[in-house]
Amino acid sequence: MSNETLTIALSKGRIYKDTLPLLAAASITPVDDPETSRKLILDTNLPEVKLVVIRAADVPTYVQYGAADLGVSGKDVLMEHGGEGIYEPLDLGIARCKLMVAGRPGATETEGRLRVATKFVNTTRRYYAEQGRQVEIIKLYGSMELAPIVGLADCIVDLVDTGNTLRANGLVPLEHIADISSRLVVNKASMKMKSARMKDLIQRLAEAVDQAAAAA
Amino acid sequence: MTDSNRWLLPEGIEEALPPLAERLETCRRQLLDLYHRWGYELVMPPMIEYLESLLTGTGSDLDLQTFKLTDQLNGRLMGVRADMTPQVARIDAHSLNRDVPTRLCYMGTVLHTRPDGFAGSRSPLQVGAELYGHKGLDSDVETIRLMLETFRVCGVGNIFLDLGHVDIYRSLAADAGLTADDEAQLFDMLQRKALPEIRTFLKGLDAPAEVRERLQALGELSGDTAVLDEARRLLAGAGERVGRALDELSAIAGAVQRLYPEVRLHVDLSELRGFHYHTGAVFAAYVPGHGQELARGGRYDDIGRVFGRARPATGFSTDLKTLVRLSGQPLAAAPRGIFAPADPDPALLDAVADLRARGERVIQGLAGQGGDAVAMGCDRVLARDSKNQWTVTDL
Repeated sequence: MSNETLTIALSKGRIYKDTLPLLAAASITPVDDPETSRKLILDTNLPEVKLVVIRAADVPTYVQYGAADLGVSGKDVLMEHGGEGIYEPLDLGIARCKLMVAGRPGATETEGRLRVATKFVNTTRRYYAEQGRQVEIIKLYGSMELAPIVGLADCIVDLVDTGNTLRANGLVPLEHIADISSRLVVNKASMKMKSARMKDLIQRLAEAVDQAAAAA
Repeated sequence: MTDSNRWLLPEGIEEALPPLAERLETCRRQLLDLYHRWGYELVMPPMIEYLESLLTGTGSDLDLQTFKLTDQLNGRLMGVRADMTPQVARIDAHSLNRDVPTRLCYMGTVLHTRPDGFAGSRSPLQVGAELYGHKGLDSDVETIRLMLETFRVCGVGNIFLDLGHVDIYRSLAADAGLTADDEAQLFDMLQRKALPEIRTFLKGLDAPAEVRERLQALGELSGDTAVLDEARRLLAGAGERVGRALDELSAIAGAVQRLYPEVRLHVDLSELRGFHYHTGAVFAAYVPGHGQELARGGRYDDIGRVFGRARPATGFSTDLKTLVRLSGQPLAAAPRGIFAPADPDPALLDAVADLRARGERVIQGLAGQGGDAVAMGCDRVLARDSKNQWTVTDL
């Protein structure tokens, strides 16, 4: 992070694909394609703007420590990270889904401690604490839907988009925790030291988001 | 723990080796000399004290950062200092109890339960200066100047100074009549500049429209000093307290810009993270290439009330280890010196003592030791000359 360059952290896949039109509205287009390039730092049409494409869960860390000036991160990742030392000034309205409790019908109505499988450990603990319910949390890294089927957990906390994977495995959404969409996240120091550039970029992204919302 | 990793230090606890330790010590001396020349007296608060005195009036963040243990003598809870500023405030209010402005400085290791900042140190070497007993522009500006001088001494350049004021948020929040829970929630959202969430939150709030608009505007009031004029416009009608805070910030910004035209100023009226006990104008310093703040400070009037005396107060603190890491000055080359051979001659002892008295670094060889003068890091040796006198010769 130097004074001249602006480094933007994105994650591969849906967020990357949905962010490109917004960046294009701010006159930023990548020169390299992350799917084909082996480069870790991608050039853009603007010499001072670089993209780094990393794991979604790493975006807040890069931005928090200033390794990237700004980034795009799902609200789910931010809730789990805690957002310490990061600004999140703009809801980009992309990569929308829901964070939900899911399981077999009636799974959460058991007596005693509920066993919950999730990769969102902090968010899950906070959610159940607010409900006044003590739960056992089982940290998993993927294939959450399997956990209730094989008896590893009573229910899961996971992102739900269409709900097709749940249905295919005999599970249903049980409780809604939060609506998720991607946020623009900004490093605190960059916001202050590159204030004019950053404000201009946020403004242009905000306009692009408004136009996309109006068109939808 | 296995035998092979006994040397491991706890996470976030580090040691300083040569030449870094030498560099830290040089900076430490230079800074204490600087503060001495500015009339700041050195105090050494205790490493550990009872929690009631350590954490009074400082908020829950500092509580979480403080390591605690039980005093085996009486069962009371003690805390290892996580921030020396409240200790120094207690010294001013209770121990010194002077009527004139009091200037104090301090330097020492503090301990944090959780790593904060990049590379996650839990044992910063905190250095700072505090000015008690004056409320007004002069003491605010003096504190900022001394912080900037601190950076200069340590060779840290290209400074961005961020200015803010606790009163603006406090006053707007009071106008909205928030419950403690709501206030905490809004505070958290403002610290994240989560503008969409703030909008949703304010929509559901039972408060006059103009009060909500002002709180919404606050989240976006950051940028160069023109923000202060924008704030006057957007927050007009928010009451005298807000207007006074903006006037204070304008005066401080003007004074700093006159004295340090190279320092770039930034104003952020909702930035309050980390200002646990502050009450007025606050500031923080940033440098390019370092994604987190370098130093912070500001006004914290009346913290000494609980120790028997409310006094205006302002000050700053920073971490010497971070300053040295960001310093543009090169680390000193390994020190050279004069090697004295292992020889029982009393004349050699005199020669060595004489050289040391003149400030030379003399390394005494030990009988039967391995390694010559060069291996011992010396560039000169003491040797007998033709007249059998001990003289220094270059290698």
